Amino acid sequence: MTVAVHKPHPHDSAPLHVSGKARYTDDIPAPAGTLHLAFGLSPAARGRIRRLDLAPVRAAEGVVAVLGADDLPRPVDLSPAHAGDEPLLATGTVHYLGQPLFLVVATSHLAARRAARLAGIDIAGEKPVLTIDDAIAAGTDLEPPLEWRKGDAEAAIAAAPHRVRGRIEVGGQEHFYLEGHAALALPLEDGGMEIHASTQHPTEIQHKVAEALGLPMSWVRVSVRRMGGGFGGKESQGSALAVACAIAAWKTGRPCRMRYDRDDDMIITGKRHEIRIDYEAGFDADGRLLGVRFAHFLRCGWSTDLSLPVADRAMLHADNAYHLPHVTIRSRRLRTNTQSNTAFRGFGGPQGMMGIERVIQHVAATLGKDPLEVRRVNLYRPMAAVAAGEAAQTTPYGQPVEDSIIDALVDRLAREARYAERRAAIARWNAGSPVIKRGIALTPVKFGISFTLTHLNQAGALVHLYQDGSIRINHGGTEMGQGLNMKVAQVAAEAFSVPVEAVRITTTDTARVPNTSATAASSGSDLNGMAVKAACETIRARLTRFLAERHQCPEEVVRFSEGRVHVGTNVLTLAEAARAAHEARISLSSTGFYATPKIHWDRTRGQGRPFFYFAYGAAVSEVAIDPLTGETRILRVDVLHDVGRSLNPAIDIGQIEGGFVQGAGWLTMEELAWDERGRLLTHAPSTYKIPVASDRPRIFNVALWDGENREPTIYRSKAVGEPPFMLAISVHQAIAEAVAAAAGVPFVALDAPATPERIALAVRNARAGENAP
Amino acid sequence: MTRPLRFLLNGSPVSLAEAPAQRTLLDWLREERRLTGTKEGCNEGDCGACTVMISDPQPEGGHRWQVRNACILLLPMLHGRAVRTVEGLGEGGAFHPVQEELVRHHGSQCGFCTPGIAVALAAAHADGRRDFDTALAGNLCRCTGYASIIRAAEAAAEAPAPGWVKEDLARLDDLAAPGPLTGPGWIAHDDVDAFAAWYRDHPEARLVAGATDVGLWVTKKLMDITPVAFLHRLKRLKRVEVTTTHITFGALAPIEALRVRLAEDAPQLGAFLSRFGSEQVRAAGTVGGNIANASPIGDSLPLLIALGATLRLRRSETRREMPLEDFFLDYGVQDRKSGEFVEAVTLPRPRAAEGRLVRAWKISKRRDQDISAVAGAFDFVIANGTVSTARIAFGGMAATPRRARATEAALVGRPWTEATIRAAGEALAEDFTPISDMRASARYRMEAARGLLERLWHESRGTGPIEIDRVLEEAAR
Repeated sequence: MTVAVHKPHPHDSAPLHVSGKARYTDDIPAPAGTLHLAFGLSPAARGRIRRLDLAPVRAAEGVVAVLGADDLPRPVDLSPAHAGDEPLLATGTVHYLGQPLFLVVATSHLAARRAARLAGIDIAGEKPVLTIDDAIAAGTDLEPPLEWRKGDAEAAIAAAPHRVRGRIEVGGQEHFYLEGHAALALPLEDGGMEIHASTQHPTEIQHKVAEALGLPMSWVRVSVRRMGGGFGGKESQGSALAVACAIAAWKTGRPCRMRYDRDDDMIITGKRHEIRIDYEAGFDADGRLLGVRFAHFLRCGWSTDLSLPVADRAMLHADNAYHLPHVTIRSRRLRTNTQSNTAFRGFGGPQGMMGIERVIQHVAATLGKDPLEVRRVNLYRPMAAVAAGEAAQTTPYGQPVEDSIIDALVDRLAREARYAERRAAIARWNAGSPVIKRGIALTPVKFGISFTLTHLNQAGALVHLYQDGSIRINHGGTEMGQGLNMKVAQVAAEAFSVPVEAVRITTTDTARVPNTSATAASSGSDLNGMAVKAACETIRARLTRFLAERHQCPEEVVRFSEGRVHVGTNVLTLAEAARAAHEARISLSSTGFYATPKIHWDRTRGQGRPFFYFAYGAAVSEVAIDPLTGETRILRVDVLHDVGRSLNPAIDIGQIEGGFVQGAGWLTMEELAWDERGRLLTHAPSTYKIPVASDRPRIFNVALWDGENREPTIYRSKAVGEPPFMLAISVHQAIAEAVAAAAGVPFVALDAPATPERIALAVRNARAGENAP
Repeated sequence: MTRPLRFLLNGSPVSLAEAPAQRTLLDWLREERRLTGTKEGCNEGDCGACTVMISDPQPEGGHRWQVRNACILLLPMLHGRAVRTVEGLGEGGAFHPVQEELVRHHGSQCGFCTPGIAVALAAAHADGRRDFDTALAGNLCRCTGYASIIRAAEAAAEAPAPGWVKEDLARLDDLAAPGPLTGPGWIAHDDVDAFAAWYRDHPEARLVAGATDVGLWVTKKLMDITPVAFLHRLKRLKRVEVTTTHITFGALAPIEALRVRLAEDAPQLGAFLSRFGSEQVRAAGTVGGNIANASPIGDSLPLLIALGATLRLRRSETRREMPLEDFFLDYGVQDRKSGEFVEAVTLPRPRAAEGRLVRAWKISKRRDQDISAVAGAFDFVIANGTVSTARIAFGGMAATPRRARATEAALVGRPWTEATIRAAGEALAEDFTPISDMRASARYRMEAARGLLERLWHESRGTGPIEIDRVLEEAAR
């Protein structure tokens, strides 16, 4: 029996959230005299700056200082990849419309915003590279194309009895964290700097601020209490604000704060990568995939940012849950004169999966089969079979899949959601419905857990046990709503066998836990939970040794259980034990550390074991479409998802529900648009639509798979942040089924997002006989 | 000496000697009052993170609560009202029931949208409402997927409301003395005749009713909107008058009143108008404002035009009337003289009658709180299998909301058949040359408009489910 883990504790900040007391970066009271910052933005997507007249900006009311690139203490490269291609302020040339050109420091947020619009800007414009086609034509690859091969896909396809080829285009996605980017810099007496930022990566902010000011990292302290959503958008792209605040604070000696107005946030920061996937597949009469070729084209935006690992992860999920005996995956990472696309929940994985799921749908339509049948014959060999001695099948990158439960999970979901019965009923219903058509689809998810940059898979923690038995934990992870702090507190409470309320959760702070990785890749509780557990166990071991000595008994009889410390027949409270240990001069504070075992990875060869384990899940979605107008509704969704042995089932279900709806938004209504000059037209919630309450599935059954992680993760749980996002691919597939039914054809090549327009025109085109590209 | 601006904030009286015309309630709360629970999410009234409850004086007397976006609510608009922010939802140290249940049902994740959601749900709770999807249409959450929030709302529905819900409203009558209120560059009359005379003499003034659009000129264009006349105190213009044959909406009747009133005569029109903005926007936006603003994508306009609405304009004591469709001359150009303002709009009641087919539909990327790609409204009479009357108007198809006269001509007098509908669909190309923008392409706009004509035909035949939302409702049962 556990006292704290595996229990549905509410989010530790929930009472603060609902009462408005929870403080976000821009809510932190700042000292009198705090200055406010805004960037002046490039009005052109590409070109040379001929003239930048900042005099009108300087003359504006409330302006204290205006900094151009030449006014910075030293050149600043914000690139998280150290690519040297991301200056804080444009130097000489501009690379996208919205790129920061200069920095306004003023007495109020509004004064800074007003002044930022007053510059005289003359840019010798060049024709921008905006689309994937533009970039292919211009050859703007960030690095040479990457190609991974397993077996001989070309020969396998050529020899296969059936073949399909096609293309799918999948649009990007704005993060739309409800709290925009924000930062606050407080200059210290000795030249040091204290930063509060809404960031998933405090250490990177610390690093970039130190570099910008020429300080050792130890002189910069970054804290994050919480973010109002991150989703990957605050992994790298918060550096600009924090560095700007630090430089302005250093220049003026006054505290400086900055928040992006929503439109600025959307115009300045990057989004999920848009992708084009060309595919060719050879298969047998059962739909078994014999050979597959993929060509990925990713629109990366103006700078490198995290695009290379994002594109890698798209390749790493080109198989999703299916064994591909012969496969070639080629990937081009294309620079464009648009916002620099960045991390976003799934980090390329969702894009990669869209390719193989399209292949499956295409194969099924070609054979006249239910796509689920085709999925089933291609799923990876089950864990049970591997345990019984059959060889594990390997991924395209050579990692054996030893923990697959996807076949049993899909079976159970199909049964409980009555997939087959409903699919038949839908076909009947469609035949009798003059206008509206329905569709249903079941899609699986297999998502690799670990940062593919192996060294990031580490975490530190610092735990204090006080004399009164209260516990304060510090770890390197950041809280963005995912409930990480609660999960980690549950781990600490479990270690000492005390109620979770006895554990105090604190601000993430680079001065307490150094050299942290971004809270990303779904890894937060896996890494930080283990680090906190290690720290707790160190303290517990010291207490155990001390109590055993004091009571003259073997260490084995010292037990922490049911909220007490048992020493043989003696029972102490944790407070009594702590006080006694303190008086005996035993340290009650410890660091903890964790490094994920077993993983190694060679990204150029595409070989290794990049992932410690896989998380699995599947969803059945049923939709309706109106072919006359292209409008859609999600009628019902059933999810069965694998989180191992859940650390907190309530939080995990929240991640699944939220991830699903966010994924459904990506694939249906969320559409980014730029004009021919490279101006983002969808730069506010009035024009960029994320799901609202009525878009959620009205019938939304979410269940957790009953199992535990095969690998020794924290209490055998599995990561949950990203994998459920991809369950929403079932919505897109169900829509495509309904579109095909409306058009009276077996298959329609539906791109994403499946907006009403795309659906209505797909139906019309398919009826007119124009289908796949 | 101007009189102070007075209102109740979380139950405590506030008196402001100076209230700039473009100071938003959101900035004032966060910067002056350090009430940082109300969040800035978008600063344009589209995300709901800044949702507050405010009292709304009713034309027939008394006050009711409504939800509004504090980011586009300008301080002078608060005079004589009660305001409740998230900090004021609870009572006596206890949470409001919706706060309690949001915690219990895991209704918050990152928590940034949560204050706005709690306020929106508290407002629905005050009215005993259970239509939570509608109540939350103006509140974005990016984390939860909403399911847990809806579970919380349902769990809180039966719990008693805190006392302030009634008590605040009973304290308002003495708060604001009658007479015009002024501030730097602005005036807020409470008498229509006085306002009409004033506006004749100050035709350069900008008129602000609900500020759902003007608010963005302040927060996004950073415009100086003065001189400005705030109209919200002209209670007489909020009236809705109903006769056996007609309904007259005062210019300041909120869109929500339009929705409620038309739904009584024609429920489908109520469903159409429930997709006009969000709860917050329908409470703030007015019938007259939507007309005077004259946007080609103002959702009430095609409906009012199709129903044959008559517009009444007033300049001082002079009034004139015209068919609403004649008011819209071109993009941004209306038939409105200097010093003239929209006073009321009158329309024949859209009641069911033998052969009458009244429908309005909106097409947008998202069902709720989106801007139309196309909105179409239809008022047809089919007699003996023949189209005897056809009034059609579209938004989003031209520079102004407009009648589809060629299409109407292709229908009237013709047999009500699929062939006629197709011919009418072809005629749409004579009426409209729509544009392509980020919402839709020209081709899709035309196809979707034709699709709506076809939908109307299917509707009239009553064969199978035609409206996708009905399919959704049936599936959810």
